[in-house]
Amino acid sequence: MIKNPYLKEKIAFTLLFGATVLVVLPVIFVLFYIVKQGWPAINWEFLTQMPQKGMRAGGIFPAIIGTLYLVLGTLLFALPLGVLSGVYLTEYARDNGLTRLVKLAIINLAGVPSVVYGLFGLGIFVVFLKFGASILAGSLTLAIMVLPIIITTTREALDSVPQSFRQVSLSLGVSKWQTIRHVVLPHAMPGILTGMILAVSRAAGETAPILFTVAAFYLPRLPKSVFDQVMALPYHLYVISTQVPHVKLEIRYGTALVLLIIVLSLNLVAIIVRAQFRKKKKW
Amino acid sequence: MHTMIETHQLNFFYGSFHGLIDINLAVAQYQITALIGPSGCGKSTLLRTFNRMNDLIENVRVTGRVFIDGVDIYTPQTDLVNLRKKVGMVFQRPNPFALSVAENILFSVKIHKTAPASQYEAILEESLRAVDLWEALKDKLHRSALQLSLEQQQRLCIARLLPVKPDILLMDEPCSALDPMSTAHIEELMRMLKVNYTILIVTHNMQQAARVSDFAAFLYLGELIEFGSTEKMFTVPKDRRTEEYLTGKFG
Repeated sequence: MIKNPYLKEKIAFTLLFGATVLVVLPVIFVLFYIVKQGWPAINWEFLTQMPQKGMRAGGIFPAIIGTLYLVLGTLLFALPLGVLSGVYLTEYARDNGLTRLVKLAIINLAGVPSVVYGLFGLGIFVVFLKFGASILAGSLTLAIMVLPIIITTTREALDSVPQSFRQVSLSLGVSKWQTIRHVVLPHAMPGILTGMILAVSRAAGETAPILFTVAAFYLPRLPKSVFDQVMALPYHLYVISTQVPHVKLEIRYGTALVLLIIVLSLNLVAIIVRAQFRKKKKW
Repeated sequence: MHTMIETHQLNFFYGSFHGLIDINLAVAQYQITALIGPSGCGKSTLLRTFNRMNDLIENVRVTGRVFIDGVDIYTPQTDLVNLRKKVGMVFQRPNPFALSVAENILFSVKIHKTAPASQYEAILEESLRAVDLWEALKDKLHRSALQLSLEQQQRLCIARLLPVKPDILLMDEPCSALDPMSTAHIEELMRMLKVNYTILIVTHNMQQAARVSDFAAFLYLGELIEFGSTEKMFTVPKDRRTEEYLTGKFG
């Protein structure tokens, strides 16, 4: 047995620090590698042109636009629905067996493989509701996939608001909804936005759910309505990496880099909004 | 003297636990009434029946009647929002919102829309003056309320109630988180406020009850053992249990 507390401190520190480094290094390496391989492909034509020569040349414009549409469509459905039901479950639902079962089910839904959502979307939205493979069907499928994330983070954010704030507000003759609206939600907003960030990243990056519901193999034009198919970056990346022979490495990594940049910049927007909300709180 | 709060055979159950037993009590207007008794005797629970904050707990049942200014507040028609505007509450731990001093005071005004923005400054000054904070804070109105000292925070919490224009102030051990100096200041404030408000204070500090209250109610194991003027109760208690508690035999 080691008795020396200073030595133990050193060992603990080294272990904790080492684990952190092991986690951070691969992320940096991946980022570095993608930027290094993909950067030469990035230019104005690549970002704004249609693909050419069987996707071996030209740009990825329709895939960029498709992914943006899908992310927006997903948030349009998932954000209001997820936040509202999160508020209901946390603030209004009685704590009984049924509520606990629903909460447990939602947490478990987050762990369902994305291809299952894809098949579900195909069955419900594409075939049964006859939306066809379309932006609408794809957005709805992605929305259902990210709903558990949004609901769960919303609930966690609401739970972290001190109970005393609710009590004080109610004791001042403020109604329950006004309390939620003016006290609870403003405090929970940064947490809710974190959920939105996670949802955006997931929706932008997933391939399987859009595979059967919206993504086009090759469609060198922009969609005219929500019932049109679109190309999307993650599926396009899959296609040019595995389905089309002899695509230059830099085009593949360039596509990956663009996807990364889109996700990161959408996150950045949410992070800035979150910082604004945090500033208003005077802890 | 006008009776502000009156209870008839008030019983309170939490699950199968009988928390308050047949409480009959009448609280006079513009007086300070102290609820005293050992921990767990039901004094905080009794206080919270007057603004129905106990409703927030599940598995709670109340029987009997409670009248606030002559109106029964345990009827299906009772409007909790209006009740709580009439009956304000100060909590054990100072609990300002994580907002500025001004936003704390104006919180209810903005939500209830009781005054136009042009009156905000006047309301701020009036409320803070009433709790003797104006001089100290008039230049710090936009500072976070959480940066204030605990005593100032508790004063601010009392000030935050005033724009709601309550008739009754319920204080649940308002000084238990404060040092003796701050406690003395808050007690002085209570004496100032009783000119305009009916005050009920729950305290486990008997000296405080003796110093500040006009009437005292001694609760023990959910029963109201003795109720009367503080002076009488503390000099010639009628019940043996009251005497034993006041002399420190238990509690």
